[in-house]
Amino acid sequence: MYSRTYKSLVSIPPLFWVGAFLLLPYALMFAHSLWAVREGVIVHEWNWSNYKILFANPLYAQVLFRTMRIAASVTLCSLLLGYPLAYYLAFHAGARKELLYQLVIVPLWVSYLVRGYAWKTILGSEGVLNGFLQYLHLRHEPVGFFLYSPFAVVLMLTHIYTPFVFLPIYAALEHIPRPLLEASQDLGASSLQTFRRVILPLSMPGLLAGATFAFVLSLGDFLAPILVGGPSGTMIANVVESLFGAAFDWPLGAAISVGILVITISLLLLSEFLEKRWAFK
Amino acid sequence: MSASPANPPEQTTAEATALLEVRSVGKRFGSTQVLKNISLDIASGEFLTLLGESGSGKTTLLRLIAGFEQPSAGEIWMGGERLDILPPYKRPVNTVFQNYALFPHLSARDNVAYGLRVKGTPASETSSRVEEALSLVKMQGFAASRPSQLSGGQQQRIALARALVNRPQLLLLDEPLSALDANLRKQMQSELKALQREIGITFLFVTHDQEEAMALSDRIALLRDGALEQIAWPREIYARPATAYTAQFIGQTNLLRGEIRGSIATCGALRWPLEEADGPVIFSLRPEAIRLSADGKRQASEVKFRAVIRQQLYGGSSETLEVDCGNGQMLRVRIPACGPLAGEREFVFSISDAIRVKE
Amino acid sequence: MSERRTTRRSPLLALYAASVFAFIYLPIVVLILYSFNRDGVGGFPPRHLTLNWYAQLLVDSSIWDSVLNSLMVASGSVVLSLTLGLLAALALDRADFPGKRLFRRLVLLPLILPGIITGLSLLMSAVFAGVPLSLLTVFLGHGTSLISVATTELFAGLQKLDRAQEEASLDLGATPWQTFWRITLPNLKLSLIAAGLLIFTLSMDEIAVTFFLIGRDNTLPLEIWGRLRRGITPEINAVSTLIFVVSVGLIVIWYHLRSRSLGAQARELIEKP
Repeated sequence: MYSRTYKSLVSIPPLFWVGAFLLLPYALMFAHSLWAVREGVIVHEWNWSNYKILFANPLYAQVLFRTMRIAASVTLCSLLLGYPLAYYLAFHAGARKELLYQLVIVPLWVSYLVRGYAWKTILGSEGVLNGFLQYLHLRHEPVGFFLYSPFAVVLMLTHIYTPFVFLPIYAALEHIPRPLLEASQDLGASSLQTFRRVILPLSMPGLLAGATFAFVLSLGDFLAPILVGGPSGTMIANVVESLFGAAFDWPLGAAISVGILVITISLLLLSEFLEKRWAFK
Repeated sequence: MSASPANPPEQTTAEATALLEVRSVGKRFGSTQVLKNISLDIASGEFLTLLGESGSGKTTLLRLIAGFEQPSAGEIWMGGERLDILPPYKRPVNTVFQNYALFPHLSARDNVAYGLRVKGTPASETSSRVEEALSLVKMQGFAASRPSQLSGGQQQRIALARALVNRPQLLLLDEPLSALDANLRKQMQSELKALQREIGITFLFVTHDQEEAMALSDRIALLRDGALEQIAWPREIYARPATAYTAQFIGQTNLLRGEIRGSIATCGALRWPLEEADGPVIFSLRPEAIRLSADGKRQASEVKFRAVIRQQLYGGSSETLEVDCGNGQMLRVRIPACGPLAGEREFVFSISDAIRVKE
Repeated sequence: MSERRTTRRSPLLALYAASVFAFIYLPIVVLILYSFNRDGVGGFPPRHLTLNWYAQLLVDSSIWDSVLNSLMVASGSVVLSLTLGLLAALALDRADFPGKRLFRRLVLLPLILPGIITGLSLLMSAVFAGVPLSLLTVFLGHGTSLISVATTELFAGLQKLDRAQEEASLDLGATPWQTFWRITLPNLKLSLIAAGLLIFTLSMDEIAVTFFLIGRDNTLPLEIWGRLRRGITPEINAVSTLIFVVSVGLIVIWYHLRSRSLGAQARELIEKP
């Protein structure tokens, strides 16, 4: 039904855009990772030394593992918060479901920065939380570790990503045909068994999608550590950011970025593979 | 039931010009051959129905004529010019879609006016033709309504008006009545037939409902697995089906399989003289052609047989009996309503009612 | 319509859900509350409510300059992303070409890729091409990231489109070009608006990509970011509250548009025999 001209007209501009603004930049980034820095200038000498450094120096591995731990914690916490919330809305909320759904979505539209900053004010030594605890005479001095710690980073990122995790899980739960649950109960399964044997497996694709999203984005986050992480909460993306800033070494930064890109794509492919295996029609 | 013309249209088609010629058209999707070497002509002013099961290719053929698909082989001609090389918007053909495909963001009037407006018809002419089309389908009062505010039957009329207002040479209707409930459907069939008579536009109608096809058409083209099984006047296709498939698809029938040897046709328990060459044979015998035998005498042109009544289904004005002729040979018989029957009875049919069909 | 009997009661789950809600909203509530606090941020409970900080905000010219910059970039991003996103959605829906699957993945990649990667790759390209960093580079960066949003939303909208309508339009004599403007686009109206609102909001809030592509002129988030690095002022609470109010306003608009279209769809379903 669509002529050759029509199809070319719609395909060419986006293809060009993808090539020029996605493929080329990634290629350039990869190229940079193979160059070096001499006396404050980037030289186009091809070598693998940046990658050698990453593997040789344990510092980078440490930061990477800390980052992964933080990302995993964020994902886990978001799931622990988001899944029950989605479950409640899908099965228990009744008439108020639509309204509650909108209420969950609202924070997504509120600026990341705003929400991160809010946590900063809550968790600080002079912050709201400490003030609250002192007001209740639970403590007499401010608690230091709330802010500027991996804990704060996990807390903030969990706050950011719980709605993101909620969305695909809720969609998947809503998709489950209610007669299936009624059949399960009819056949003698308790609520818990129905959940474990019917609801959970059918919601897996949504769960996977949400979890992947939360993990990958937490992995590459550099703003939260700066806001609330402090020195002990530094993540891999911060290392990259400083290499492109004060510690001028673009090739090394590019190498780490390539690493993050590879990890991200691998996780996405893995998630896709698992989703296909666990999806039921 | 509306009166059919006294002359079967086959006679009128010889005089009338062929409006549309489908010449050896084939269509393949991937490795599936959906249409195989179809050739047929549609006469100007006729109501032709493409009849067939799903998968028979009838909708594909319609779409080829409309222009949404290209033939893999063959050509389509209209009025002496090649049609299949033209894009749909240049063909003097309009379509009434199965689910109407009305534009939800336009009112009924704007829907009907659409075809005229995109071709730049002056506003005064547009509005008068639109009013004319709306009154033709009796929807003048609904001109300002949106499709979502109309019932199924009303939407169908608007879809019809939208197509007809362009005065196409050929109107294609893709199962337009299948979404309607039974009563509304019967009513629309009658209106559609009357409409076609009134305006004289050639209709090409697609359906899987053989009763509908017989009620509406001047001619029926029966498609089976992408090939043309038979094309004839409804009475002809009913009384003289060419193949076993046609006999079973259109109306109900008994298929008698047997052989001819020495000028005697034998099908199970039934035998009768037949002057034809030896060999295997299939006959189509309509249930209404079999009667209860009134007396013991047998005419030379008749076949009598005894059979046990196994089932009797009451149908208001008729009874449908399933009778066992012995050795598992079951026949279906339809007779006027006569009260409950049982046991073994004698039946009779005329030899001329056993129509020989191909496999 | 069948009534779902599976609306069960579980007070424990309800309580848990309520706490999750509280967790999600707590920082926002605190933020708004403390923007009215005379003593700034910190301490509990807030005393001496005042509008002082809003007053200070009003005369802060660099904030308003950055707001203007953000608005320009966001508007431009909406136009660019919707246009290219629409073309990409049409291509994915209707065209077949070698490498289409790869194309699809690439178009959707910036959605899930951490912003730092997108930002850095574009930075290196800009430097390599000799393009100075400015609002233009920021605009291009946003466009690149946000096309994915447009494509996803518009592709979903195209899937819902009844193909028969476009065929009907062609059948009635409209050329493909006329069909696109008279039938396809109007049917996509809601998807376009939803995508547009989302892109606008995301662009106004964008930091990670912007961070690496910014020149001399700041966008609003970057302006706030800069001040945060230097120390907390409650003025930022005021700005944040305003941003929150505007965001909520946009959602309300979007919600109204959606329910209008859903209402029309629901009526259609009831009418159909």
